[in-house]
Amino acid sequence: MKITHDEVMYVASLARLDLHEDDVEMFAEQIGKILEHVDTLGNVNTDGVEPATHAISLSNAFRNDDKKEHANREAALSNAPEQEDGAFIVPKIIE
Amino acid sequence: MELSELTIHKAHELLKQKKISSLELTMALLERIDACDEKIGAYISIAGEKAIDQAKIADEAIAKGNISPLTGIPVSIKDLICTKGIRTTCASKMLENFVPFYDAFVIKKLKKENAVILGKVNMDEFAMGSSTENSSIKITHNPWDLSRIPGGSSGGSAASVAADLCLASLGSDTGGSIRQPASHCGVVGIKPTYGRVSRFGLIAFASSLDQIGPLTKDVTDSAIMMNAVSGYDRNDSTSVSVDVPDYTSFCKKGLNGLRVGIPKEFHSYKGLDPEVDLAVKNAVKTLEDLGALSVEISLPHTEYTVAAYYVIAPAEASSNLARYDGVKYGFRDMDKKTLIEMYKGTRSQGFGDEVKRRIILGTYVLSAGYYDAYYRKASQVRALITEDFKKAFKKCDVILSPVAPTPAFTIGEKADDPLTMYLSDIFTLSANLAGIPGMSLPCGFSKSGLPIGLQIMGMHFNEEKIFKTAFNFEQATEFHNKKPMR
Repeated sequence: MKITHDEVMYVASLARLDLHEDDVEMFAEQIGKILEHVDTLGNVNTDGVEPATHAISLSNAFRNDDKKEHANREAALSNAPEQEDGAFIVPKIIE
Repeated sequence: MELSELTIHKAHELLKQKKISSLELTMALLERIDACDEKIGAYISIAGEKAIDQAKIADEAIAKGNISPLTGIPVSIKDLICTKGIRTTCASKMLENFVPFYDAFVIKKLKKENAVILGKVNMDEFAMGSSTENSSIKITHNPWDLSRIPGGSSGGSAASVAADLCLASLGSDTGGSIRQPASHCGVVGIKPTYGRVSRFGLIAFASSLDQIGPLTKDVTDSAIMMNAVSGYDRNDSTSVSVDVPDYTSFCKKGLNGLRVGIPKEFHSYKGLDPEVDLAVKNAVKTLEDLGALSVEISLPHTEYTVAAYYVIAPAEASSNLARYDGVKYGFRDMDKKTLIEMYKGTRSQGFGDEVKRRIILGTYVLSAGYYDAYYRKASQVRALITEDFKKAFKKCDVILSPVAPTPAFTIGEKADDPLTMYLSDIFTLSANLAGIPGMSLPCGFSKSGLPIGLQIMGMHFNEEKIFKTAFNFEQATEFHNKKPMR
């Protein structure tokens, strides 16, 4: 197979996903098929071709470092699953 | 004719002449949604009260003589474009209760013209899919045949326009997500040039490919919507500062000498349905009769489009979707006690299978040891695909092709086979990779009565030739006047 059971588990953990055992099998098979198709890219001669990272050529977009209005704290916190005293609450990180 | 059937430009005339009010028009649409959307399933959220308030404001503006082409016009919005105070779910459990505190740039533009937002429409979760079956909220049915998919990912947008549940809609297109549902539902959909319309407030899928665009009942309406939403925005650093022409000015008769390019690779594609092939060939003939000259062109890297896209898009998605961590907004798994467990619990329960599949694929192709073989290689092929278009556009003004290889398939038909689903995106992906504009407009019907779309692609920032071609085709044909059973 193009991508193994363990590789799917490993990559999923990098992406912070827990998968059920059945799902690992399904993803390994489906992603394996997709990667086999992706391998056809090997047939293209790309020697000396500069990779395109964007659809159109862009230069850096700079702006002046001016003071302007930003979202207020209450609005920014309005969708937080848990908040307190103007801060996002997360599970304890350091024991 | 019922009010819900109106195009934007016809409704605008009636509003201007004060023969109808925006409130009457908006109420007619809300009543129709109430009566019919149960069987179509286009809307996720209906913003009835807000819509009525906006309609009243529009009527006040009109009374003062302050009317622009979208004033008082009721529209639907794909549920991944942020609307202040209206839930924006991305059709995902992850954002099921997300209420943006700001408007996307395009929404600000619509509100500036006093357009009326009826509600938010269904899509594939995070815009990943071609059938709207990946929505975690509901299934949307094709108004032409309720057993079939409306296309995707902007399936709710296309279905709501086709079924007269709005006058027009805004969708987004990362690999065909405006054009393919437009084709399947028999409406007009355009993906503008990358950078033409600001992505500020569009929930990101693949940032180098995403673009917002309108789905409408005809070409003139498409031009009106493009006039409204195009333009530079300092909040989107990929937005391009070039003048926006009046797109409606290209909606006039006369095609003499227009060179239409026919890619030889597209018509030899094995999976192309003969009825679609015939409809597109007839469309070329129609354009020739109108004075266009057809030229054969070559896009030699066509067969590698799907492979390049399904490396680049998932790679960008895996990075973009890292932000859903259960901290700042959206769903959180409240049962987990440590941070890492909370992240994993949140993301595993909040995302559906297609989103997970693309995150895993994207993380894999970007991971150490595979980056060069996959992401770098795909980006090089992307450069070659873009080069193919640049060469082709030296010989022609627009390129014609099918949009989807077949008419709309039945619900459930391809749901378990991701690669087959991906391969059916062959005709639309390349415009996103190259950043060029592309439109789908109705060009025929299958024997079973399903709509077929014609794709018209143009060079970067050359939407004008697309509008010119599409308008002339539309004037010479009757496909856009046919409607599904009400």
